[in-house]
Amino acid sequence: MKYTILVYETASDFSARSDEARKDAYWGAFRAYTQALTEAGIMVGGAGLQPPPHGTTIRQRDGRRQVQDGPFAETKEQLGGYYLIDVPSLDKALEWAARCPSAASGAVEVRPNLSM
Amino acid sequence: MSDAAAEREARSSYGRLLAYLAAWSRDVTAAEDALGEAFLEAVDTWPRTGVPDKPEAWLLAVARRRLIDVARHAKVEDAASVTLRLVMDRAHEEASAKSVFPDERLKLLFVCAHPAIDEAARTPLMLQTVLGLDAARIASAFLVAPAAMGQRLVRVKAKIRDAGIHFEIPEPHELPSRLDSVLDAIYAAYGSGWEDVTGADPHRRGLAEEAIWLGRLVTELLPAAPEARGLLALMLHCEARREARRDAQGAYVPLGLQDVALWSRPMIEEAEALLRAAAEAKQPGRFQLEAAIQSVHAQRAVTGSTDWEAIALLYEGLIRLAPAIGVQVGYAAALAEHRGAKSGLSALDALPAGAIAGYQPYWALRAHLLKRLGRAGEARHASARAAGLSEDPAVRNFLRDSFDSASESA
Repeated sequence: MKYTILVYETASDFSARSDEARKDAYWGAFRAYTQALTEAGIMVGGAGLQPPPHGTTIRQRDGRRQVQDGPFAETKEQLGGYYLIDVPSLDKALEWAARCPSAASGAVEVRPNLSM
Repeated sequence: MSDAAAEREARSSYGRLLAYLAAWSRDVTAAEDALGEAFLEAVDTWPRTGVPDKPEAWLLAVARRRLIDVARHAKVEDAASVTLRLVMDRAHEEASAKSVFPDERLKLLFVCAHPAIDEAARTPLMLQTVLGLDAARIASAFLVAPAAMGQRLVRVKAKIRDAGIHFEIPEPHELPSRLDSVLDAIYAAYGSGWEDVTGADPHRRGLAEEAIWLGRLVTELLPAAPEARGLLALMLHCEARREARRDAQGAYVPLGLQDVALWSRPMIEEAEALLRAAAEAKQPGRFQLEAAIQSVHAQRAVTGSTDWEAIALLYEGLIRLAPAIGVQVGYAAALAEHRGAKSGLSALDALPAGAIAGYQPYWALRAHLLKRLGRAGEARHASARAAGLSEDPAVRNFLRDSFDSASESA
């Protein structure tokens, strides 16, 4: 069963990516997490995303296009990346998601993938 | 009464009432609903009428009437048996108004950990029925989606009713194995969400207090059971070190480096007394052995050193009884201290790949032993794996700090 782990990060998490004092800890934790997923043989895919200001949001309404700079909604935590994993159950998926570094600072959401 | 005392009182009262009602109606869900309604009625009535002399008897009488109403409406019983039940009920009511109603919680514990109940549901069921915890709190502790936890609890309660699981103390020949299931379920609550109980974050207490409360309850209700005492001793030994597991800055402190002055003396003393009392029965078991291992660690507060040979021997005994992955890794750690890092590493190498893929303490120990053997590259790789498997930022930081310097010293 495939699940997507959606990684929501705080502004502080995003700034840690390039902050000299914090970037080693930030990237080290994500590298370690990715390594653990890969070596356990459950990692299917995933990606890290550039910070929310780099997003562009598009809406089509009544035949008119609205294009806006930034993320689709202003919330405290923003999508920072995702992991696609293959595990037998939601319980297992939650166990892995809880280990994601952002679980302790931002939030992590687990969604079962639609089977297509 | 302090808040904590009031909470203990309420918890104890809830469990006793529910156990009695469930044993009486043989339907846990119906008993919970009826008791819930009785509490609501109390909230509504007591402020006007004042708290009755015997609040528990009052709640019991209201809940029992509700149960009978429900049974009558559901027409699950014919009219004659309802009448019979009512007559019995009145007799019961008179009896319970005079005397204290019997404590059926031990029977309820045995029902919760009955072999017919799915193992994963036993601890949650116990926490909900005996302690009155809500499904969402239990779901968080066990890292399960709340909706799924709610459904699981509903299903097992239906099973208890439909399969007619009896509310009874098991026969003497069954008692040891049935009690093991009860104790396992309680220990699962103590370690809920933590792979390595001894390293768990002291601020994320999980259900440790609830588990110790249940452990005390079982030792009170079954004073002759040495393993129940062993379990309580084990939990108290682990709990005694809670404050020592993080330094003032919140950094992780491994057991061997903990400041023994921060260990709780009263808890250690209580654990030691329990373990001595348990040993008198001369029926060693898994929990007594695990508690004995923690007892050896606790000796460091007195002697200043750790008797790793004794710990390794205790683990050998434990492996024969219950060769869980945590026990095997603990044995490897003891071997490494007693006979050297190479022996510990060989013990780790012998463990099956499937069991270790997601087991954090294995990778943390492996990293530590590889570092001691001067294999810095492999040590870093194993430590990253351990960090990736950890939920706790303090543990991740500890691993990073320990193994970044490995590259410099090697």
